[in-house]
Amino acid sequence: MQTGNLLLLVLILVALAYYLGLRRSVALARPLGGIRHLQSLPFYYAMRVALWCAIPALVVLGLWMVLDDTLIRQLVIGGLPEGLRPPSPGARGLLITQIQNVASGALPRGSVAPELAAAADRLVGLRGINRLALAVAVLAAAMFGAAWGWARISPRLRAREQVERILRGLFMLCALVAILTTVGIVLSVLFESIRFFHKVSPMEFLFGVHWSPQTALRADQVASSGAFGAVPLFLGTMMISAIALLVAVPVGLMSAIYLAEYARPWVRSFAKPALEILAGVPTVVYGFFAALTVAPFIRGLGESLGLDVASESALAAGLVMGVMIIPFVSSLADDVITAVPQVMRDGSLGLGATKSETIRKVVIPAALPGIMGGVLLAASRAIGETMIVVMAAGLAANLTANPLDAVTTVTVQIVTLLTGDQEFDSAKTLAAFALGLMLFITTLALNVLALHIVRKYREQYE
Amino acid sequence: MDTAQSLDNRDAEAGRTPATQDKDHRPAMQDTPYPEHTVGHPFLDDPKMRLRDVNVFYADNQAIHNVSLDIGKNEVIALIGPSGCGKSTFLRSLNRMNDTIDICRVNGELFLERQDLYDSKMDVVELRARVGMVFQKPNPFPKSIYDNVAYGPRLHGLADKKYDLDEMVETSLRKAGLWDEVKDRLHAPGTGLSGGQQQRLCIARTIAVSPEVVLMDEPCSALDPIATAKIEELIAELTESYTIAIVTHSMQQAARVSHRTAYFHLGRLIEVNDTDTVFTKPEHALTEAYITGRFG
Repeated sequence: MQTGNLLLLVLILVALAYYLGLRRSVALARPLGGIRHLQSLPFYYAMRVALWCAIPALVVLGLWMVLDDTLIRQLVIGGLPEGLRPPSPGARGLLITQIQNVASGALPRGSVAPELAAAADRLVGLRGINRLALAVAVLAAAMFGAAWGWARISPRLRAREQVERILRGLFMLCALVAILTTVGIVLSVLFESIRFFHKVSPMEFLFGVHWSPQTALRADQVASSGAFGAVPLFLGTMMISAIALLVAVPVGLMSAIYLAEYARPWVRSFAKPALEILAGVPTVVYGFFAALTVAPFIRGLGESLGLDVASESALAAGLVMGVMIIPFVSSLADDVITAVPQVMRDGSLGLGATKSETIRKVVIPAALPGIMGGVLLAASRAIGETMIVVMAAGLAANLTANPLDAVTTVTVQIVTLLTGDQEFDSAKTLAAFALGLMLFITTLALNVLALHIVRKYREQYE
Repeated sequence: MDTAQSLDNRDAEAGRTPATQDKDHRPAMQDTPYPEHTVGHPFLDDPKMRLRDVNVFYADNQAIHNVSLDIGKNEVIALIGPSGCGKSTFLRSLNRMNDTIDICRVNGELFLERQDLYDSKMDVVELRARVGMVFQKPNPFPKSIYDNVAYGPRLHGLADKKYDLDEMVETSLRKAGLWDEVKDRLHAPGTGLSGGQQQRLCIARTIAVSPEVVLMDEPCSALDPIATAKIEELIAELTESYTIAIVTHSMQQAARVSHRTAYFHLGRLIEVNDTDTVFTKPEHALTEAYITGRFG
């Protein structure tokens, strides 16, 4: 039986268990004089039976699927004659792939040794048995669980507490999955970075000003020494992010002020979602907009002024990235400005302040911590942004402060280091992990700072 | 917008609550007609503010009907009445705070001495400097105590030198009876004060721009009795220099602080008289019903 069908069957059993549990609890309640004499509502008894049906079945299914592949391989390999036993884990993997290909018909039976063909037959046979056994085990677990849960129903049973406890466990499990994934990502990046720092010293990485990650394939190759100074990359990232913030903060803040303070309700209901569409444009679209429209335009403009502009300039990438993060600033700023109590504005207006004086002197200072939080979130978004800079910022790791030059960023270098076929033990590829770690730490620090500021803001009034 | 809505709601409530009460418990009140004209003595010689046939609308909903009233120089006038009777709305028309509500319209003659408040040449900034307002909930700005009081003088360029400004802040805080409590921490945030201190800070902030009239919209409704007593004392002292119009829900407060009392009912001004007269010999049946606690 296919796993999908099996799951469907278990689901039907669960529904049945629920129904039977409901029936039984209602039937038990009737001689007592109604469901008010039960310890819990019939729903909880039914839910408890359903959970008793589902959980054992799913546990059996999960364990089985984790273990059965290894077991079958063990049996197939063990069944091979002595001379064909693989000598190394690598050879073992190849052999199993070969047998599997024969079994699935991808490899003609005639092209392999007859012992392997026999092993393939055995594999097919074992798989059949395995599937049947799995179905029987899972369904048995479901039915026994349900039967036990059903039999235990009694008017005094504290079904409500038990169901609540199980549900709490279920929610916790889901939260745990998300957290563990994050921890796993961080750890993998961390370990690979440590491997990188065995090859290149952290001092060179953090403070070196030369970035040229090409390492030699042969010892006698020209320019064989890789250089891993990350300073040009971080400076490039900072320059582009700074340009982006220079665009996004004034525009975002002022549009937020317009939306929150001046716009009529119907304008606001139309303009706010329209502005937020900017956040929904895929970054790759911004990327080619930057590379194909903005960069040539800036170059042409620069040339007409007699300036020397690279065709992939930091300015072009920064400007487009700035447009992309406008909604982050404006949306958050709009929220915090709207959250400033009306009585503050009334107080200021009542003293004879004009509307713009009120906004400048009372509303913005009161909302400032929240606005700062929005700006920092936008900044961490800008630092981590990849697609726009890959397409528009260039690859040359120049150490420059001129926004008209081509620069490269941390994210761009990670992309170039890891695209294509790579060996995963050279300093070149491992450098990507070290860069990723640095980037992660930077954005994490910014996010923590932003959250801290936002929390502090919440305590501002009453 | 929010304010407009809450005011709207209050009006809706007002339309319902007293009427139902009348129907259920006091059939006599239901038939008491509104007087043709406000009874008592709404008019004065040489008033500070002269208000004639004032109507206020929220969209199509009329909140104030033909109110005519004079507010005298250096007097305290209390505006009382059941919730939603329009006293706050009326008060907010007197320094055009209703302008901040889009759907609100005001018509009638409203004069501050010889100036028409709603004249197109009237500068709202100047008007609000002359007619200040203290709100129901203490609303100090999230700035220091000093900056809260200095806000108005700075806005209107009243002090050229730091020294002048310091003096203005001190004088205002002294008049508001707050100086001794805060003189050592002028640069601490105003939001850190207690509720009563905050409200006195707001009063100091308002009188720092030397207004001629101070409008108070239930200034004590969020305060405890001790803080309330202090504010009431303060009002009595402020009468020497200012004209005060105070909206209050507490009839005892109206009796304690005011010289004249105006009774509003469902957007109409029913009766205006000396405070003593209103509370001892009310002329109109509705006023009597309210002050004797038969509704409110």
